This record gives sequence, structure tokens and C-alpha cells, in this order.
Amino acid sequence: MCLAIPAKVLTVNGQEALITVQGVQRTANLMLLEETVAPGDYVLLHAGFAIRKWTAAEAQEQELLLAEVGYTHRD
Amino acid sequence: MSAKLQEIQNLLAQIGRPVQLMEVCGTHTMAIFRTGLRSLMPPSLRLLSGPGCPVCVTHDSFLEHALAIATQPNTLVATFGDMLRVPGRSGSLEAARAKGANVQVVYSPLDALAMARQHPDLRVVFLGIGFETTAPTTAGALVAAARDGVKNFSVLSAHKTMPNALSALLTSGEVKIDGFLMPGHVSVITGTSIYEPVARIFKRPAVVTGFEAGEILAGVEMTLRMIAEGRAEVGNAYAHTVTAEGNVKARALLAEVFEPCDDAWRGLGVIPGSGLKIRAAFAAHDAARHFPAPKVDVPETSRGCRCGDVLRGAITPPQCPLFRNVCTPWSPQGACMVSGEGTCAAYFRFS
Ligand code: SF4
Repeated sequence: MCLAIPAKVLTVNGQEALITVQGVQRTANLMLLEETVAPGDYVLLHAGFAIRKWTAAEAQEQELLLAEVGYTHRD
Repeated sequence: MSAKLQEIQNLLAQIGRPVQLMEVCGTHTMAIFRTGLRSLMPPSLRLLSGPGCPVCVTHDSFLEHALAIATQPNTLVATFGDMLRVPGRSGSLEAARAKGANVQVVYSPLDALAMARQHPDLRVVFLGIGFETTAPTTAGALVAAARDGVKNFSVLSAHKTMPNALSALLTSGEVKIDGFLMPGHVSVITGTSIYEPVARIFKRPAVVTGFEAGEILAGVEMTLRMIAEGRAEVGNAYAHTVTAEGNVKARALLAEVFEPCDDAWRGLGVIPGSGLKIRAAFAAHDAARHFPAPKVDVPETSRGCRCGDVLRGAITPPQCPLFRNVCTPWSPQGACMVSGEGTCAAYFRFS
């Protein structure tokens, strides 16, 4: 539940971004994010909020790790 | 990996006594099993699971309160999925839903807020559980609700913070803990500075690490090295940047909406200053002020479940008489078997 997952930013609209996470499109709230993001950037997503900007390399690595610990995006 | 294991052996030999490390986060417990590390550790090193599974530490009295709200007319209780099947004294939220209560699973507090906007006739109550990473997201939803005047949205907060719980564990002295492994991504929000008291006051190393086998081993190695050298510091064995102050924006939002309060933890009892209650400025959205708590003194050890002892690291799940024969993920008798991050669920899957 407290796991944060990497997501790719598709579009940014003010305080919200359209993202894809494990192939599923969702919106992410950007209110907690300290950095600015643009389409193509990665963020760490937790409970609907982007909590940190993430590099593509970090995101890819994290995805592999999540697969390794058997995590699927439930909550 | 074998070089790291060898180094761990060497450090243990240098320390010359058995060492017990606690992995605080439930996701770490899962990762340590999954990667097979638990069975690779030398016998003089024990890894204990700590109170870091949010659903697991949520007290029965909170669940009773949530159930009481769910059974009121015109209410909708929105919760993270893990909470649904936790057996309380008067049943689970899932059972209440089967009897007609409006209980919905959400991924984000914002989903609950959206439900409130959609159904102005319903009082939508979000069950706020989780630690320092999750509490800012609830704070975000509350700020949005207050800004937009979504009057029918409120939060029942059981949010908690970890440092005082770790202090309580160490103060009680029930379980010997020589050092802590802290979860990487949580520390992205909190920063490493929240672990300073553990290091400074209690003289225990606290090392932030990730979930991959190599990272976990690096974390164990760093912790053991500190113990061997008599140092108690906060270390970072996480591959990513974790700053001392964490995500300042998220922490500021948390402080704007919540204030510390004494809070009851399953297994640990009431710990001073370990809970987060909603500040008076957001009273209109505080479910605890709108829905009185049911007056039941909930005995913790009903049903023979030993979750409390598991959460303190006092026993491992196989020592619970119900483990595996009565209590399984399909018929969970306690929160630690329900949650995917629960220690009992991890032992069930991997041992
Ligand atoms: S095995 Fe089941 S009954 Fe025993 S402590 Fe764990 S959750 Fe409780």
C-alpha cells in the first residue's frame, strides 16, 4: 500500500497530468511534486499523487524490481 | 552477491554475538522472502519484521468506528482495498457491504473526493490509513475539499508516523533490536532526518535501502559495519537520492492539515504523539467530529489472533497457533494475514 510506482507523463494540465502506469492510463495529481514535469518525464506515483520526478533509468529499474517482488498495481 | 554475503559473515564474526535487525516496512518483508535472502542469512543474524504495514497496525477501535459509519443511512465509506477484509470485533467492512452498507474501494483519496462531488446526497467518508508517505495524499484531498467546499466529504484519520513507534519498541525493551532497515521510497517523502532520533537517542543504526536483493544486502552490510565499529548513524544504501529533508512540499501540506496526537496501534498500544489528527481548521471534513465513535471497549486478543505480538517482532507467524491451519489468506483471522504487506501473509506465501 505504501509502495510508490513509476509512471510516464503523457500530458500536463495545470495541477494534473495524464500518465500511464503499467500500461493503464490514469490521472496523477501534481500538488505534492516539487519539480516541474513535461510529457515524456517519469514520476513516482503514490495513491494518485506524483511524489517525485524520476529518471527514465530509475523508472525502468523500479519496474523490474516491482515485478520481482510480485507487485501489481492494486492500491 | 556472494562477496557481500561473505562480508556479512566477516562482520558478524567481528561483532561476535547474535544480531537482530528489524525491517520496518512490510514491502521489505515481502522482498526479503521473495529474493530468498531470509534463508541465505547466517544463523547469527535474524531479520525481524516490524510495524510497517499500515493496515496491520490499524487498531480494532478504528475499524469499529468505520463500521459504525458504514451502517449509517446515506453514507459511503471509501477505503484502500486491503482494509476490506480485516476481521474486526463486529465483522469486516466486506461483510458489512454484503449486508447492504455502501463501502467502495479506491486507489486514491482523490477518488473518494470525486465520489463525494458525484453524490452530493451521500456523506462520503474516506478511511485515512498509512504513514508519512500516504498522509500527504489525504492532506491533498482535504485541502481540495475545503477549497471547493465539498461539504459531504470527510476523512476518518488513522494516519500514523513511524519514529515514535520505533522509540516505543526500543523503550519497552521486549525485543532486542540492534539496527533498522528503512524503506527507500518512503524516505523520498520523509527524508532521512526522521530516523535521527533512533540513531542519536537509542544508539541504533538506521539504514535506508531498496527492495532489490543487492540493495537489501548492501543495507544489511552497512548496518552491520556500523554495529561492528560502534557507530549509530543514519545511512543510505538506496541507489536513489534521498535527501535529509525529503519532499518539503508534501511535508508542509501534511503539517498544514494534520497535527500529532496520541494514537492506538495494534500490538503496541497507545503511543504518545504517534498519530495524525485533522486540525480544527479542517473540522468540517473530520469524520471523527461528525460521527461519534461507538462505545465499545475492544479487547485486542479476541479470536486468538497474535498479530500484536507479530507486529512487535515478539513472535514469528509460525508461532501463532492459528497460522496456516485456521488462518490463511482465504480465511484470514487477523490483519497481518489480510494485507499483502502483512508479515503473516509473507510467511504463508514463502515459508
Ligand atoms: S497467523 Fe493469522 S491469527 Fe495468527 S497472528 Fe497472523 S493473522 Fe493473526
